[in-house]
Amino acid sequence: MRWLLLKDLQVMRRSPLVTGLLVLYPIALAVLIGLALSAGPSDPRVAFLNEIPDGEDVTVGGSEVDPVSARGELCGRVECVDVDSEEEARKMVEDGEVLAALILPEDFADQVQSLNGLNPVSPTVQVIVNEEDPVKAQLVEDRISTLITEANLIVSRQISESSAGYLDLLLEGGEFSFLGTQSFDVLGLERTEEILTAVSEQTDDPRLKRDLEPVIEFAGLARENLDFAIPILGAIAEPIQVDKELVSGAAPGLDNFAISVAATITLMFVTVLLVAGSLALEREENTYPRLVRSLVSRGELLAEKVLLGVAVALAVTLLMLAGLAIFVSLDWSRFPFWIPAVIAGGAGFAAFGAAIGAAAREVRAASLLAFMLSLPIAFLSLVPSGTVGAALFDVIQVVRAAFPFDPALDALSGALDESGPDMVLPLVHLVVLTAAYGVIARVALRRFG
Amino acid sequence: MVETRELRKRFGDREALRGVSFGAGRGELVAVIGPNGAGKTTLLSIIAGIQQPDGGSVSRAPAEIGWVPQQAALYRRLTVEENLRLFANLEAVEEVEATVDELLARVDLTDRRADQVSTLSGGNQQRVNIAIGLLSRPAILLLDEPTTGLDPRNREQLWEFLTSLAAEGTTVIFSTHNIAEAERYGERLLVIADGDVLFFGTVAELHQAEPVPAGAATDRAFERAFIDFLAARGH
Repeated sequence: MRWLLLKDLQVMRRSPLVTGLLVLYPIALAVLIGLALSAGPSDPRVAFLNEIPDGEDVTVGGSEVDPVSARGELCGRVECVDVDSEEEARKMVEDGEVLAALILPEDFADQVQSLNGLNPVSPTVQVIVNEEDPVKAQLVEDRISTLITEANLIVSRQISESSAGYLDLLLEGGEFSFLGTQSFDVLGLERTEEILTAVSEQTDDPRLKRDLEPVIEFAGLARENLDFAIPILGAIAEPIQVDKELVSGAAPGLDNFAISVAATITLMFVTVLLVAGSLALEREENTYPRLVRSLVSRGELLAEKVLLGVAVALAVTLLMLAGLAIFVSLDWSRFPFWIPAVIAGGAGFAAFGAAIGAAAREVRAASLLAFMLSLPIAFLSLVPSGTVGAALFDVIQVVRAAFPFDPALDALSGALDESGPDMVLPLVHLVVLTAAYGVIARVALRRFG
Repeated sequence: MVETRELRKRFGDREALRGVSFGAGRGELVAVIGPNGAGKTTLLSIIAGIQQPDGGSVSRAPAEIGWVPQQAALYRRLTVEENLRLFANLEAVEEVEATVDELLARVDLTDRRADQVSTLSGGNQQRVNIAIGLLSRPAILLLDEPTTGLDPRNREQLWEFLTSLAAEGTTVIFSTHNIAEAERYGERLLVIADGDVLFFGTVAELHQAEPVPAGAATDRAFERAFIDFLAARGH
């Protein structure tokens, strides 16, 4: 078997294009994923037009909101492009120079300030979006919706705080400033109740006592009920809070999951294509009958191809992970877990590739078949639960279980991240699949060989 | 000496071999001839151990028989000597390098030993193909249409080589469509058609069985006799 293994490595060495692709493919994939993970998503370009007259303050609940800091908040989330007019903003959106335009209208400050008065008007911002690209449009809509929600939250919180301040004044009394020029003292319900109680205790006039009693009772009730109103206002300012509960352990980090997916896809394509092509090559070069007539058994030939696949998969996947380590932090203390995960995954994919190579007579047919089978299986394995109907997801689960991608992904996720899935079950699953596809390959060799 | 007894092979509804029996002695050259689809390749494949018969037997194990398929069975990205060395190791030949050197010399490819097989002509690829068939120094060598695609000079060199092997004691069994080659080099002829053995004997015996008509060209007399022989038996 070792002579065949050496021969296959020699053939690979003599096929620089194929071998180069086998090495360059994972490196290119590693670089792309590394750049994507380390750079993060780029901010969408949004045209920003502020029509609020210079020097006009925006006051919410008695507090001033600085339009400059509001712009800074917005432009921290998107890349702002300042424009001078609505027409300019609209043209930039239409020309695709920006994904959207956000316009603060001239009367925006007045609208916000009206929230303090008796005739409030909902402040409105204008958004112009080019929906030619639905994905980008959705991205912009999500960002702007988030900003508006946050702005609403800030405004409502400030109004609530301001209202709570007024209630405090009514309860406890104090100095009230009116239009910033006049101020006067407010007695407050607590002090009112105290004064009235004292007067009632000091007077001997039964009629006055009788008249004061309901007033004192009202002052007490009003104070107690207004006390309750303050936390209610706080609840209105932030009505919904999230109490997150995990039901099945912590998920691995997004970076590690992305690395696991990339490593599994690399492992799959490199191994399946190599083994399927290598086995098909034996028949294309007419050497298969010469080998199996007395030199090696069909089982030995299959074992050699699987071994070749595992060896190359191990080298290429480790190379890819080393490449990724330039961009993202990998937990090298888990290296001993990587090896069994890659070997078991490589063996599963190699046996799968051997079954394809045994059924196809030519390298081109084997390669095409390997792509046609592998790609949809990888996609199916990445479909999250809840995104399709329950019955369809059950079918997908069965298909996933029949192919090595899903257990290989779980094994690699578990190997890369301590908080990932348990590795034992996926490794056992891969061993079973390796044996099953080995049997299928053996039958296919006898049937089509 | 190799013998087949009542070899039978069926592919679906079609019977490829219908009880083929024949034997070849030490140092004998036997030509297997017949029309297309007669079962020549199937017969040689079964003797070589590549296919299993549905019935009958072969007196020798595949490991004792050298096999040279019609299409060169070589790794085209390896060099000539790498191919020979690989198969020598797989055959568990004792002195690999010496055997490779000797066979390269015998097929006259010593100066091309470092060339990749894909760069060789069809004739030279066939020489490497034959050299691999001889690596284990088999007592019996099977060749399936060995001269297909070779130019006259290469064909001549190949026959010189095969006759010298036979002279050294190797039994050579070859199939061919070239009746002139069968007449010239085959000491005995095995004529099969539709899986049946129609004739097994010498060229002279075939002539006796089907005399050449008067006035037939002498240089093509045997081919004429062979065609008439088949026609007389419904093929």
